[in-house]
Amino acid sequence: MELKAIFYLIPSLIMFCCGLYGFITRKNMIAMLISLELMLNAVDMNFVIFNRFLFPGQMEGMMFTLFAIAIAAAETALAIAIIINVFRWVKNIDVRELNKMKF
Amino acid sequence: MSPIIPLLILAIPLTMFLFLGIAGCKLSHKTAGVLGTLGMGTTLVLAYLTAFTYFFDPQFINEAGERIQQVLFDQTWLHLYDNLSINLGFLIDPISAMMLVVITTISFMVHLYSLGYMHGEKGFQRYYAFLSLFSFSMLGLVVATNIFQMYIFWELVGASSYLLIGFFYTKPSAVSASKKAFIVTRFADLGFLMGILVLSYYTGTFDFIRMTSDPTWVLASTGGATFMGCSVLTWALVLIFTGGMGKSAMMPLHIWLPDAMEGPTPVSALIHAATMVVAGVFLVARMFPVYMMEEAATTIVVVIGALTAFYAAIVACTQIDIKRVLAFSTISQIAFMMVSLGVASAGGGQVEHHGLGYMASMFHLFTHAMFKALLFLGAGALIHAVHSNDYTAMGGLRKYMPITHWTFLIGCLAIAGIPPFSGFFSKDEILSACYAWSPFVGVWMTMVAALTAFYMFRLYFLVFHWEEHKCEHHTPHDAPITMSLPLIFLAAVSIVAGFIPFGHFVTWNREAYDIHLDWTIAGSSILIAVLAIAFAWKMYYRKNDLPAKFRKALPNLWDWCLHRFYWDELYIFITHKIIFGLVCRPLAWFDRHIIDGTMDAFASITNRASDAIKPLQSGQVQMYVWVYVIGTLLLGAITVICLI
Repeated sequence: MELKAIFYLIPSLIMFCCGLYGFITRKNMIAMLISLELMLNAVDMNFVIFNRFLFPGQMEGMMFTLFAIAIAAAETALAIAIIINVFRWVKNIDVRELNKMKF
Repeated sequence: MSPIIPLLILAIPLTMFLFLGIAGCKLSHKTAGVLGTLGMGTTLVLAYLTAFTYFFDPQFINEAGERIQQVLFDQTWLHLYDNLSINLGFLIDPISAMMLVVITTISFMVHLYSLGYMHGEKGFQRYYAFLSLFSFSMLGLVVATNIFQMYIFWELVGASSYLLIGFFYTKPSAVSASKKAFIVTRFADLGFLMGILVLSYYTGTFDFIRMTSDPTWVLASTGGATFMGCSVLTWALVLIFTGGMGKSAMMPLHIWLPDAMEGPTPVSALIHAATMVVAGVFLVARMFPVYMMEEAATTIVVVIGALTAFYAAIVACTQIDIKRVLAFSTISQIAFMMVSLGVASAGGGQVEHHGLGYMASMFHLFTHAMFKALLFLGAGALIHAVHSNDYTAMGGLRKYMPITHWTFLIGCLAIAGIPPFSGFFSKDEILSACYAWSPFVGVWMTMVAALTAFYMFRLYFLVFHWEEHKCEHHTPHDAPITMSLPLIFLAAVSIVAGFIPFGHFVTWNREAYDIHLDWTIAGSSILIAVLAIAFAWKMYYRKNDLPAKFRKALPNLWDWCLHRFYWDELYIFITHKIIFGLVCRPLAWFDRHIIDGTMDAFASITNRASDAIKPLQSGQVQMYVWVYVIGTLLLGAITVICLI
């Protein structure tokens, strides 16, 4: 049986939906951040899959994925820093309580 | 004649105004007063020089025996188009030369008198600055070479009159009087401006000499155009006359003049008796040949003049404030001049006839300026002595103030028309002109002349005879020399001015002309004046109850006269009830509710809309994500459906 792109894409989609679900339903900011990483990884997978199936001789998709992973690491560090600071100020990381800056 | 002297006549008062206005606060009262008076004195000498040169130098008389009108200088002041520019210049002709003499004489006397009268007042320097400004504007007005220059100075005169009436600006009555004077005359000036525009639109010129030297050309240039059934020229002349009515306090627009008496008394003498208020007469005289072409316009002049003369005279019989008596007397006398000009120009083409009315009017202007200034300055001396404007605070003053008494008596005799005082001659000429036009107007004006004699002597007897008033503070005494000197000088002029052969100097066609006294008219007017004085003597010489009885016998007439026929109330009724109530209030309602309401509606719709959508911005990040995801899915679905 030949491996088709769809076999890779469906797990990627499931991963993405899990991330989205977690992002919407979890109230803890750390958990939301983990969900966000999950979505990001699903997108990275898509890059690799399309590169592999559409342009087999080239490497652009791979390179983008590496970049995205590096940037995601930096972004996570930043997000963690923000979350820690928020926790210091309001003693809470429940996202429902953090609506002081809405207007 | 070189243009230096005329230029100086205008420049000295202007410089004096600027100097005293700017540097006045650094000067002492005395310096400022003396400086202002000296400046006016120099102007007086120069103006006399100009007038005498003009009247006596044969170079100003041409071969036909007419005096020429000469423009001494004329400078383009405002160039708008090639065929529209406004000039400022200096025109000398018989009436402007005469007015130069009148204005500078009265102004100098008032400057001198004010040194005593305004002594120690706060703002003394400002007072002299304003007097100089007024003199400058008035001189500029009479020597105007074109009607627009006249209009400019006309407004300046109005502004300086406003400043001087409101000189005591801490007194609310003075402030409201100055506003009233300014607004009423300004309202009339709107008519003047429209008249100028209509006239110059058709003739294409502002120039006086161009218009008056050939009035048939003016008539022809309108090309028979009509508006609402009257010819355009009639409209223009009536509108111009409206401006004159405002300044000269003719009937519907007279209401400002009695109130203007709130100003200092010398100012009343200068502006509201002798010079500014005759500007309207001067204007009609200046445009006289054009007025001659339009019977309808001149008839209006006569009718308004005659009604005003009678009205003001009868009101003057009941006033308590001596300055108001004089104010109404001024209105009445100016109306005499207007009537005289009207009957002269509506004369039907007889040269003899034109000459009489025009000359009489100018003659009366001259003599009236002298004796009315005298009466006002006399009234000022009285007010200075007893510190009140009402005759009830006076009475029996002849013993204490002999100079004021005698000069005031001379003034009264002059205005009443008793020979040989000056008023007799000029008023008699006016009456002759009126009889020649229409016997009815003649009889009417004779009646007014009788009333004049009555109210002036009523005032005289009440102030100087009647019952001696008890003064608590001090005995009244004659004024200081600076105030007495002008009184004596003006009294002397009032005695002799009647003998000036005025017809040789000022006539409508500038030809010399001999005055003949018509003794039937003169005799009857003397007789009637003497009777009126006798009646006044009977009623007011000694304290008695005749005036009170008289008052009881005619209560309605008395009340109406005392309240000036309710003109002020009528004005208040019209402005407050009709204009404010029926026009302005609905307009204000419309503005507040319809126009503002529309704008408010926009604002409140925006507000409500924002309130309605504000909860969407909840601050719940996950809520946003929900919306975002659903929106994306919807958009995706729509795209897919569209592509299929």
